[in-house]
Amino acid sequence: MSATAALTVHNLRVGFGATESVVNGVSFEIAPGECLAIVGESGSGKSVTARSLLGLAGGNARVQADRLDLGGRSVLGLTDRAWQSRRGKDVGLVLQDALVSLDPLRPIGREIADSLRLHTTLGAAARARRVVELLDAVGLPDPAQQVHKLSGQLSGGERQRALIAAAIALGPPLLIADEPTTALDVTVQAQILALLEQIKLSGTALLLISHDLAVVSRIADRVAVMHNGRFIESGQTEQVLGSPQHEQTRRMVAAVPADKPRGSRLSPLDSPATQTVPRSPAPAPNATEQGEIVLEAIGLTRSFRRPDGSRQLAVDDVSFALHRGSTLGIVGESGSGKTTTARLMLALLKPEQGEVALFGRPWSSIAEKDRRGQRPGIGAIYQDALGSFDPRRSVAEILADALGPALTNSRGSRRSPQSLARLTTLLDEVELAGTVLPRRPLELSGGQRQRVGIARALAGRPEILICDEPVSSLDVSVQAQVLDLLDDVQRERGLSLIFISHDLGVVQHISDEVAVMRSGRIVESGPAARVFAAPQHPYSVQLLSAVPRLLG
Amino acid sequence: MAEPVAPTDRSGPRALGRLGVRLGGAVFVLWAVASVTFFAVRLIPGDPAQAVLGGPGSQASPEALAAVTAEYGFDQPVFTQYLVQLGRLATGDLGRSYALNMEVGPLVLAQLGGTLLLAVLALGLAWMIALALATWSTRGGRVAARVGSSLEIVAAAMPHFWLATSLIVVFSIWLGALPPISTGGVAGLVLPVLTLAIPLAGFLGQIMRESLMIALESPFVLSARARGEGERGVRWIHALRHASLPAISLSGWAFGSLISGAVVVETIFARPGLGRTLLNAVTLRDVPVVIGVVMIVAVAYILMTLLTDAVSRLVDPRLRLS
Repeated sequence: MSATAALTVHNLRVGFGATESVVNGVSFEIAPGECLAIVGESGSGKSVTARSLLGLAGGNARVQADRLDLGGRSVLGLTDRAWQSRRGKDVGLVLQDALVSLDPLRPIGREIADSLRLHTTLGAAARARRVVELLDAVGLPDPAQQVHKLSGQLSGGERQRALIAAAIALGPPLLIADEPTTALDVTVQAQILALLEQIKLSGTALLLISHDLAVVSRIADRVAVMHNGRFIESGQTEQVLGSPQHEQTRRMVAAVPADKPRGSRLSPLDSPATQTVPRSPAPAPNATEQGEIVLEAIGLTRSFRRPDGSRQLAVDDVSFALHRGSTLGIVGESGSGKTTTARLMLALLKPEQGEVALFGRPWSSIAEKDRRGQRPGIGAIYQDALGSFDPRRSVAEILADALGPALTNSRGSRRSPQSLARLTTLLDEVELAGTVLPRRPLELSGGQRQRVGIARALAGRPEILICDEPVSSLDVSVQAQVLDLLDDVQRERGLSLIFISHDLGVVQHISDEVAVMRSGRIVESGPAARVFAAPQHPYSVQLLSAVPRLLG
Repeated sequence: MAEPVAPTDRSGPRALGRLGVRLGGAVFVLWAVASVTFFAVRLIPGDPAQAVLGGPGSQASPEALAAVTAEYGFDQPVFTQYLVQLGRLATGDLGRSYALNMEVGPLVLAQLGGTLLLAVLALGLAWMIALALATWSTRGGRVAARVGSSLEIVAAAMPHFWLATSLIVVFSIWLGALPPISTGGVAGLVLPVLTLAIPLAGFLGQIMRESLMIALESPFVLSARARGEGERGVRWIHALRHASLPAISLSGWAFGSLISGAVVVETIFARPGLGRTLLNAVTLRDVPVVIGVVMIVAVAYILMTLLTDAVSRLVDPRLRLS
């Protein structure tokens, strides 16, 4: 096979500066028309591997290999200039978010034409014609109009198509796609995956880099699992994902929440706090035995002013009820009004019509000073935990603030023995070690940050937690741990959760009730089991069918 | 760098509305400048009639002082004088200089050219130095970055009077290469322009280097490199355009600071110009000239701000969309 392989890599090693290597000897081949996926969590070395294949690992990177052939020709030791003539022509790259991966100051047509300008002798008019053909080929509607648009004027899917068009402009035999659908909604993700598959079927070798096993299982022929700079397992997709051999692979497969019943664990019980007390699985929630309503939305409507002055309905006549001890999942794609709904429930926004009732009493219509006393009863967790902390304060200070002024003594010190005791209890609950207390948010990992976020939300002893995309920026295995944590905390404290996510798999796993939002309206709601098994509304059906599933 | 980008400018009415808001803002600024200056000049001690009659040393008779006071309306309430002054300014009449006994308008306009030339040259040179410094220091590795940022800080911290004197000592006295006093020729412009440009270059350079580094690290630059774009293309087509945006926005402000810097520089290099005219007028308590200079500078500043806005919109097509 190696004679015809589009890419041959033997014993690739990459290191930065004096530190140990990030990539420790990986070897693989990709044949034309074949898709190899490298999956791994952040820091596993998968992106560095991909960039080394383009000679773009970075100025201070040491890239070594026994063999590194692109299209049958070695690229080891190429000069900058020689690399420039190969990039774009022999290999194309598609990055994650086209909003920032295409120059936001330039029309997309120019970005695509650049590939042609650099590698062909086509004149400006011929390039312009070819750009329109390329945009047409990647399925961008009305390409002749779109070439003049900036990436910021296009939707996420359109932008990603334009980025792919730029990468395949010269028909490179190898296309590297680094998390090409991570920033996209599920339905758009499905379309982009279909496009990549079509490119693969036309004979291009595809190297897919992803953290998402489900995405990978959709188009990859073979999968290599990367961990600490090595391939720990590789083989046919069905084999690797269906019967994973390596411990880490098994853990990643187990962490995928879709189709895992509510209450079942996603992460192994190996953290120190839980090791000694293995838990029994959660009792299956009994749908007929619903608790009282703790938080209710009644006909909420809220609009925003568009840049051109007109008003856009973000939330349109939304009603739902949250029962004590249960989880209400709200799913929808970007722009469907999920976050606005969350902010209305937290009374951070006032509804234009309708009312939010907390424990059966008015909540959104009362004055803020009357609300303030009740605010600790309703906690919030955000997607961007890092952004929700003051970066200059330590974890101890952040949590002490959340525990309230009672912990601040007359001299303003937060280090009284009682406060430390309460902080420690809180940390135990979110399974964090006391050593994180003096650290600042930037010094924490993504999972630790979200745990601190949860601890902060729990500090006020809330009965309700509103979680807005709490696991969307985390690796699957970390996501699994955080979901398990939320589940544990809910059971121990009898919390009621509103769980907002674009990820149907996550919502399916954690919710008792589900509401599907689209364009500000709830198009379907009901028990999670029923909605996921037998969706009624066409949009729910479409959304569910677009979800990538393991070996689906 | 700028490309003919298509996103269509929005329809006429909106553009007209924007222009209206701009003009209103400009009138407000001019009014505020005139008012602040009018009252600030009153804080200079001494009798204005005395100033009209040639200053404290002229030993004018009480009769002459009384006559001047009546003629110029110095005996009127301050607020009346203020309204009279505003009314005159509104018709474009800057009045007559007390000390020089000539119309302020032509007097100030005659000095405007020299100062504008100084400021524009200094701004241009500052941009070139800043660009060169930013480009070099983001290219030459860690040492270059350190050296670049140190140079920028030192340059930005230099006071004009000290820099001017140092340049005179080095280039005129030690090397004898350039005249210490502006003679009117090109050679006479070099030291004043350098004096104004160097601190500004340090300041602009800091901003540019920072934004250039961010741009060079961004995913769109990685995409461009992956298409086969070389280092020069990456910088000229992509990164420098992004890096220049904050510096363009600040150039309007920088222009204002250059004109205030001109007061010091024109005095040190004995160059005719608005700065020196202003300094002399303040010393002689020549209120109409002070107000005239300040008003002209305010107009120039407003025009420069409009120009930087237009350039920003040219370089950043996103601004043309909303």
